[in-house]
Amino acid sequence: MNPRQILGQIGLWLSVLVIVSPAILFFLWMASLSLKFEIDNAAYPPVFFPEHIAWKNYADVFASNRFLTYFTNSLIVTGAATGLAMLVGVPAGYGIARMAAHKSAVVILIARITPGLSYLIPLFLLFQWLGLLGTLVPQIIIHLVVTVPIVIWIMIGYFETTPLELEEAALIDGATRWQVFRHVALPIAKPGLAVALILAVIFSWNNFVFGIVLAGRETRTLPVAVYNMISFDQLSWGPLAAAALIVTAPVLLLTVLAQRQIVAGLTAGAVKGG
Amino acid sequence: MSAVTEASPVTAQDAAPEREWRPPSYWPFVIPALVVVLAVIIFPWVFTIWMSFNEWKVGSPTTFVGLANYLRLPTDPRFVEAVGHTLSYTALSVVLPLVFGTLAAVVFHQKFAARGFLRGIFIMPMMATPVAIALVWTMMFHPQLGVLNYLLSLVGLPPQLWVFNPTTVIPSLVLVETWQWTPLVMLIVLGGLAAIPTEPYESAQIDGANFWQVFRFITLPLIMPFLFIAGMIRMIDAVKSFDIIFAITQGGPGSASETINVYLYSVAFVYYDLGYGSAIAVVFFLLIVALAALLLYMRKRMLWTSELGGGA
Repeated sequence: MNPRQILGQIGLWLSVLVIVSPAILFFLWMASLSLKFEIDNAAYPPVFFPEHIAWKNYADVFASNRFLTYFTNSLIVTGAATGLAMLVGVPAGYGIARMAAHKSAVVILIARITPGLSYLIPLFLLFQWLGLLGTLVPQIIIHLVVTVPIVIWIMIGYFETTPLELEEAALIDGATRWQVFRHVALPIAKPGLAVALILAVIFSWNNFVFGIVLAGRETRTLPVAVYNMISFDQLSWGPLAAAALIVTAPVLLLTVLAQRQIVAGLTAGAVKGG
Repeated sequence: MSAVTEASPVTAQDAAPEREWRPPSYWPFVIPALVVVLAVIIFPWVFTIWMSFNEWKVGSPTTFVGLANYLRLPTDPRFVEAVGHTLSYTALSVVLPLVFGTLAAVVFHQKFAARGFLRGIFIMPMMATPVAIALVWTMMFHPQLGVLNYLLSLVGLPPQLWVFNPTTVIPSLVLVETWQWTPLVMLIVLGGLAAIPTEPYESAQIDGANFWQVFRFITLPLIMPFLFIAGMIRMIDAVKSFDIIFAITQGGPGSASETINVYLYSVAFVYYDLGYGSAIAVVFFLLIVALAALLLYMRKRMLWTSELGGGA
């Protein structure tokens, strides 16, 4: 390497460092806040590495009697909303791609543009009328607003790129449409299924706006539970940061592990929920 | 139904198979999703439009009031103010991520070790749970104990009140929004950079162009379509931004950071004025569509002038 190339390498690594540091420093600071006792969190100048690590903050969060309820609620809502979305959205993406019904994408676009709150007003009335408030059902249904368009959009993109020849041959050989879908199209589209599943899970897990309106005391999901903690104990930062980190940790882990799928999905459809 | 299923085998046997065979209908695949979309997307829209023509408060009888809810909007100072907040918040939250995202994409387009892993780290802000990061930002904004004022003091700048001051609250929230959504712009532009052919760069190198010239006259024009898409997506998301604003300031201090979306929440679910809230929702949607149309128009104008310039 000549000096010019070495200089170029140093410049490149410096720019990489500058670019990723806001993300890294933020999440490190979040971890630091969550592992400090109040004395360290209230210190000025701020303490980055505490002398005593407050694992107790995490124990406190898990020990609070409702946290496990909220965690279960989040699992149920995200699980059901994603499962249902895959069940109806994957065949729909296939059908739309094969029919070349590109105009139907307009509905997805409208769903993408509409603010989440405007679905809430009519559906809130509907759920109230049906007597469903106080259960998790309203949240599962309304999370479909986020998950179904993501799944359909990503699956249209994938099925449009899978080869048609094999499917046509199977149809002529007497296979039903369903068999062709199940045994020919679906196995090829596995990477697309992974992308759709991951993004639907993340955006449903993160959703906040539906929960603050529809969730009662017993039916809160984790983001709503964390928000309610803010208003209650403003001044105990350690447990608050610990709770925030616990809520978002599954998503962060998934992001780093499945970054290739996430990047593929986001650049293909550039979708985001809510 | 039964007549159809009984009749079909007969015709299939009578006619020549290659003439009779037609591609099957794919409607059955779409119908379940169609039902869901009708129930959770179309029905709410139709119902919202209907409600916006009614005086509809929870707990009192509804009456048809025609356009009264819409006529109330321009005379509602809180709504007018919210439109202003939304527009300034959106403008900043489109431009800043576009600038930083493009710079980041140029860097990520180079080859270096652990690029995939670092890209995963880089996109963490936009994937993380918004409420969770809002909570940490709230702590960082704290005027006495927050780490941001400490960082300012390190470079000799005076401490700020951040989200606790009406004049700095929107820029502070935009800081969070930019931190959160620059990665999305980066990803879209990175996709654009990957699609650029190498020939223009090779000839530029021969001509002795410097880094800035290459970026300005080759890279930038070629990634323009992607910047446009990124800008459009960013605009749609920034206008609708709710989680970060609501979790950090609830529209405060006072109503200094109350955007349309936050005001809509108050009207519909604090005052339970659902008719007026529905009118706000409809106007809000139309505003987003209008902004999108404006961007499309600007892009057309830009293409047109640049083509003229190229021909001259």
